[in-house]
Amino acid sequence: MIDYYPLFISVKTSCIATIIAFFTGIYAAYIIVKIKRFKGILDAILTLPLVLPPTVVGFLLLIAFGKNSIIGQLLLKMGYSLVFSWEATVLAAVVVSFPLMYRTTRGAFEQIDKNIIYAAQTLGISEWKIFWHIMLPNTRHGLIAGVILTFTRALGEFGATIMVAGNIPKVTQTISTAIYSAVQAGDNTAAVFWVGIIISFSFIVIVLMNFWLKYNEDSKMKVPAGNGG
Amino acid sequence: MSLIVNITKKLNNFTLNVDFNVEDEIFAMLGASGCGKSMTLKCIAGIETPDNGHIEFNKKVLFDSKKSINLLPQKRHIGYLFQNYALFPNMTVRENILFAADGNKAEKNKIVEKNIKRFHLQGLENNYPASLSGGQQQRTAFARILAARAELLMLDEPFSALDSYLKWQLELELSELLERYKKTTLFVSHNRDEVYRLCSRIAVMDQGNIEVISDKYELFNDPRTAAATILTGCKNISHAKKIDAHHLYASDWQLTLTCRREIPDNLTYIGFRAHFFKIENEPDAANCFPCQIDRVIEDTFSFVIMIRSAEADTSAKTMRWELSKNSWLNLSKKAIFLSIPEEKIILLKK
Repeated sequence: MIDYYPLFISVKTSCIATIIAFFTGIYAAYIIVKIKRFKGILDAILTLPLVLPPTVVGFLLLIAFGKNSIIGQLLLKMGYSLVFSWEATVLAAVVVSFPLMYRTTRGAFEQIDKNIIYAAQTLGISEWKIFWHIMLPNTRHGLIAGVILTFTRALGEFGATIMVAGNIPKVTQTISTAIYSAVQAGDNTAAVFWVGIIISFSFIVIVLMNFWLKYNEDSKMKVPAGNGG
Repeated sequence: MSLIVNITKKLNNFTLNVDFNVEDEIFAMLGASGCGKSMTLKCIAGIETPDNGHIEFNKKVLFDSKKSINLLPQKRHIGYLFQNYALFPNMTVRENILFAADGNKAEKNKIVEKNIKRFHLQGLENNYPASLSGGQQQRTAFARILAARAELLMLDEPFSALDSYLKWQLELELSELLERYKKTTLFVSHNRDEVYRLCSRIAVMDQGNIEVISDKYELFNDPRTAAATILTGCKNISHAKKIDAHHLYASDWQLTLTCRREIPDNLTYIGFRAHFFKIENEPDAANCFPCQIDRVIEDTFSFVIMIRSAEADTSAKTMRWELSKNSWLNLSKKAIFLSIPEEKIILLKK
């Protein structure tokens, strides 16, 4: 009999991780697009979790949040331990999937015709209003794509999760780690079941995204041709 | 109202260094692409920051490097018309104008209605920019600028992305707008004809520097510098050396010429417009030379003939001679003698 805990944990973790990565990713992209100095270095730091082996990310998170770290000590004083808790699965998913949100959003922001932003500034419109009423609406395709990528990446997270959150059934065991346990225990039925679930889930989400983007292609909100000189 | 600009800014391959005043007039900056015209506008608008200097409009300091004043673009009230009009693509015509307007809801609506009417945008209020024609986009952009109560207008190459027919239509509309809403206007272009038709005073820019500021009639008559001469549409420019008060040697063309005006000592170039060549029957007229044809190019309404003096060797630079189709077709091409009228030579010091 298969218990459905891994599915609930995975979905819950991915949803919360996506929400966190959504806001932090957009904020980071906004800042990086604006600044002129240290752009390359900051971008590299923010993108690194995407290209590093997840075990390295997990190891770094252990060092940062483990019982011997400053943060870990602080949390311990408050009677709380992050490592091997459910929150740790969220932390791992956020760190690993954040670069996807950040990168896609940044790309979308950079695609906006700069003259549109300049025009808004010279018309006396505040930066806050420019962000909400011009930058976000004109990049929503990119933002949606970013959300989908972030969600599916969070859903598939394994390496960092198993290092900081472990593989505790009903607590931190996600679909990915459940597959690992099933294979180790020789339980092929369970492994195939979870593999099937995660493939269909990710596949459906991406197909839906593609349909949505195609449907929106001919929408009225096309950017006029031509650019400034 | 007056705009005072005196700034420097180091750019990739040259330093922008401009100093000019604009009064209640249409002032043009004429220069080749990448000479720093747009950068100057961006510095005035506050989009870019100059390294040094002072910008003042209407006695309000917008930028001063010594006093560390650098107003945000939002606080400068300068209307900037971009080449592609830069309308907000996610907003309708009405929303574009509304977004720029200031005040409470009733005031805003009043401003919007007024500008929609003023710019004949009735019926287009709910259209998105992508579905507007170039002229409608331009009018919306203007309506938006006036809704934001801009006192100074800056137009950055407003026609350069358009085909020639549409361009002419928009230019007519623009000149009418500029006449109706008299505001201090700064117009940037690389097109001498546009500038001549729309503006009163012209600054010629080259490599980040203003070479000449002058009244347009004066500029086209006597451009004074080589860059200005080229920008005013003169196709023939040659290095030149003074021989005596009224004689000079044009080294690129290998011609010795007489000139009616007294030649300055520091003469370095001469210019000569392509349609001022005169066909002579006799080779003994003043400044006359036998002409050798290098290439003939048929243009829409004229012929362009690339020529050299037959006495010059092949290292001599070719000159451009333009004449109407009929004159060229009726010309006997056996032996052509051309002269450069003495009074049409443009003498340039630098």
